[in-house]
Amino acid sequence: MRVAYWPGCVSRGFTPELHGSMAKVAPLLDIELIELDRAACCGAGVIAEHNQELADTLNARTFALAQQTDGELMMNICSTCQGAQSECQERLDANTDYREHVNSNLSDEGLRYERGLSNKNFLWLLVENIGLDELKSRVKRPLTDLRVGPFYGCYIVRPVDRLGVDEEHPRDRYLHWVIEALGGTVIDYAGVYKCCGFPIITMSKEASLKQAGRHLGDAIDADADCLVVPCPLCHLNLDLQQPVASKVVGRELGMPVLHLPQLVGLALGLSPKELGMNKHIVRPTSVIDWSTSVVAGAPS
Amino acid sequence: MPEYTLRIRRYDPQSGDAPRWDTHTVDLSPVQSVLDAILKIKDDEDGSIGIRCSCQQAICGSCGVRMNGKPGLACNTHLEEAAQRGHGTGWNPPDEGQETPVITVEPMGNMPVIRDLIVDMDAVHWKKIQRVTPWLINKEPVPEREYIVPHENMVDVTQTMACIQCGACVSDCLAMEVDPLFIGPAALAKAYRFVGDPRDADHRERLHDLSEDPHGIYDCTHCFNCIDACPKGVAPMSQIMRLRRVAGSDYDINDRNNGYRHEHAFVKNIRKNGLLHEADLLPDSYGGKFNPRAVPELISSLPTAATALARGKMTPRTVLGHPHKAPPEVKKLFDTIDGKQQRYELNLYVSGYEDEPEATETEEQS
Repeated sequence: MRVAYWPGCVSRGFTPELHGSMAKVAPLLDIELIELDRAACCGAGVIAEHNQELADTLNARTFALAQQTDGELMMNICSTCQGAQSECQERLDANTDYREHVNSNLSDEGLRYERGLSNKNFLWLLVENIGLDELKSRVKRPLTDLRVGPFYGCYIVRPVDRLGVDEEHPRDRYLHWVIEALGGTVIDYAGVYKCCGFPIITMSKEASLKQAGRHLGDAIDADADCLVVPCPLCHLNLDLQQPVASKVVGRELGMPVLHLPQLVGLALGLSPKELGMNKHIVRPTSVIDWSTSVVAGAPS
Repeated sequence: MPEYTLRIRRYDPQSGDAPRWDTHTVDLSPVQSVLDAILKIKDDEDGSIGIRCSCQQAICGSCGVRMNGKPGLACNTHLEEAAQRGHGTGWNPPDEGQETPVITVEPMGNMPVIRDLIVDMDAVHWKKIQRVTPWLINKEPVPEREYIVPHENMVDVTQTMACIQCGACVSDCLAMEVDPLFIGPAALAKAYRFVGDPRDADHRERLHDLSEDPHGIYDCTHCFNCIDACPKGVAPMSQIMRLRRVAGSDYDINDRNNGYRHEHAFVKNIRKNGLLHEADLLPDSYGGKFNPRAVPELISSLPTAATALARGKMTPRTVLGHPHKAPPEVKKLFDTIDGKQQRYELNLYVSGYEDEPEATETEEQS
């Protein structure tokens, strides 16, 4: 399937391994990525906090660019983008006058957003468009005995109404399902739906890293081998800042944190290095050791 | 009628005994409330269960509890809905050998338990409400007759006025979990009720106070839990974001917590680059690379940066420069929209939602 692909900023900035691993995983799932390279930052909630019309216009512009492609839908790989864009889209779709007003800001560029774009995080696309059975059939190296803690974060599961989490689409279970479909073991721990703390890292560093540190500690106590996150900003607090978080909570951590496409790629037969795991601050030793222990069993 | 199993957390801090779980089965209709079930258990089986309740119509705000891990009013949560909540999670394990749906009822979080399902609202919630001067400070001279308020201003604050002080948002606030001093969602929503009221004389003073407090508006971590928790649609987090917007954009309150600087650095960063350049954002959020405030932060982040450089996560090129520059059209949007005298906003709580569109082609395909 062809999708209009919005990688976001951080996946091309401080977590380059995310964008890189998505590019490697996409062809293995027959996803053709049409990159929206003219689009701008979603604002991560900060621009909306500063000026709602500005954030809504920037995202309407991204949506309009996506609608110009022949992609079936728009796909992102960042929960924060998903949350911030869904919030803007909710306003744009709810009110014709407002949408027209925002569209008038884009008219100089000849762009226009039409109501009803489908914008999905890679996680949603995996479950809802590709399907777990199809995903399972493509697994070359099942994640047998790999104990994975899902870390949903906030922007992809709340508020439930805006993000379409309902009985028909239990999107707050999808990470669990994907880990299972890839053959891994889901680890339940206290932090599954909590906040990584990243949004206040510059404002209230201790409170921010206490959150990250606690969730990592809880995952260690639950004997997880690694965590998986659908959001690069969570990755910054949980991986990049983990050594500092360890000092804040006063305990040794050392919990590897994988991006969702990395976990998928691992099961689809790619090596940790191809997936950029060597770029992490916390070396995913447990994952690499696991992958070398099962590599002999992987069909070519 | 179907049966529901209620697991109720029992705890009396004064007894010296550890908390325990009591299990009761009730025979009630799926559209009866969790409170109905608890009161029935109290009547028929165990009168000693502690719960606070009064109106049973979702207006007094007394019966806030956690049901299958999520906070809400016991009186307006149907048994059926509570049982569905958190399905498959630790609170509500998958139906393995279970004959009836299980509803786990616990006291709310972030507040000390007095007994069973009753928490000490005074110790946390009410103290924080008092903290934000929850009354109108009149402008002088006070009009002799009615104070006429423009309709749109009053509509603007109706959302926060819907709060019934049940504490559900406080219960699940993730910032408060790590910083108990955080003023919190209920009290900050209350603060907006007066900041948004044109009759109030002290907007600047209020905003200054809430911005400068290290546990004030910039301590909210955007987790959205309060929005989902609120049984009255107050959306406390949205009110906190509005407080930030008014403090930062209308009053230019340059707070000591870097809230103002971070917001403005972020906007400037995207205007310039189109995509975020993180290496610039960090020092700029502290006032710029050479600001005395930024120096300790930059020094403390050196070990992390060194590891990131060594691993190839960052490269000198991505740290010093940014490969991406905003196209002129994006810059123009920033200048035109941010330069307007009056911000243009849509509040869905006030405007409501137009009918759902017919399924479009993209939706059908997805």
